[in-house]
Amino acid sequence: MKEQNKKKILLRLFLSTLYLSAFTFGGGYVIVTLMKKKFVDECHWIEENEMLDLVAIAQSSPGAIAVNGAIVVGYKLAGIAGTVTAILGTVLPPFAIITVISVFYQAFQSNWLISQLLEGMQAGVGAVIASVTLDMGTPVIKEKDTLSIAIMAGAFIAACFFEVNVIYIIITCGLIGVIRTLTSGWRTKN
Amino acid sequence: MIYLQLFWSFIQIGMFSFGGGYAAMPLIQGQVVYTHEWLTMTEFTDLITISQMTPGPIAVNSATFVGMKIAGIPGAVVATLGCILPSCIIVTILAKLYLKYRNLDTLQGILYSLRPAVVSMIASAGVLILVTAFWGSGIINIDGIKWDMVLIFAISVVLLRKTKWNPVFVMILAGILKIMISIIT
Repeated sequence: MKEQNKKKILLRLFLSTLYLSAFTFGGGYVIVTLMKKKFVDECHWIEENEMLDLVAIAQSSPGAIAVNGAIVVGYKLAGIAGTVTAILGTVLPPFAIITVISVFYQAFQSNWLISQLLEGMQAGVGAVIASVTLDMGTPVIKEKDTLSIAIMAGAFIAACFFEVNVIYIIITCGLIGVIRTLTSGWRTKN
Repeated sequence: MIYLQLFWSFIQIGMFSFGGGYAAMPLIQGQVVYTHEWLTMTEFTDLITISQMTPGPIAVNSATFVGMKIAGIPGAVVATLGCILPSCIIVTILAKLYLKYRNLDTLQGILYSLRPAVVSMIASAGVLILVTAFWGSGIINIDGIKWDMVLIFAISVVLLRKTKWNPVFVMILAGILKIMISIIT
């Protein structure tokens, strides 16, 4: 009976994550919100407070947030089997879509119309990234935390002008975070 | 050997991209464009554009795309596995610790200091995309600048900031504008 129940949960988990992954545009933050709706509000598989913390884990860990979200939810519901199931559901749709697109991309790259379209879209995607940077950077500046602003300026100079490997910048800033958390307790600032 | 290189490259991307979404972009650029030269800067920008228009995380999309280009479907599988492996290990351990101790303060403290750096690195990757868009692969000077691309960029920024239009829609419009300008001139 219990075995049966677990299979049912795994199947539903797979179908839910597959569906969410195939139809969610707008990145990890959106998909995690939809996961909460699905697993907390509709299925009642996870409690709301616990889900909020699981989402926090997904967002603070390295890697794609959608994948991380699938891992925490899968793990909570059915252990390692749940994790594998949820990851498969989340990764299969983009994997299939990009595989098809990459075949077409090689073929269409030489087409004049497509190449013009893609070139124009480069300016468009540059604008999207500029806008995202503005949205993400403004709160950092508004907080008036000197260390945060110094990190932001330093990281930009290191990455853009000195072409320092991104991995070293991440490690350095992570260490600063550890020291800051251990010495002062960053929460007092929030 | 190429499989091992793909796997290892995407493990690094999966392991060091904090903050989701665009955070993986500078790392992918570093590994794929600079270290291994698997994609040109133009192909990389196209990849980001395609990622914007399809569901799925940028890192997974890139792993599949680069893997396919370099070593076909086995390459795509290997790269995608590499990109999610660090997540699997780190997130499972953290979830286990959390379910046991229910405390996330240290983790969020680290993330708090990483966020400004992530913003900067996304900005830095964005600058390179714009340089590619405005000058192509040519020399960067005032004569070589493609003014039609600057114009399309400016229009896109205004649309994104002043209207609530979907970014995908703005990007498609940018592409169509370029086609129209090319046909006219």
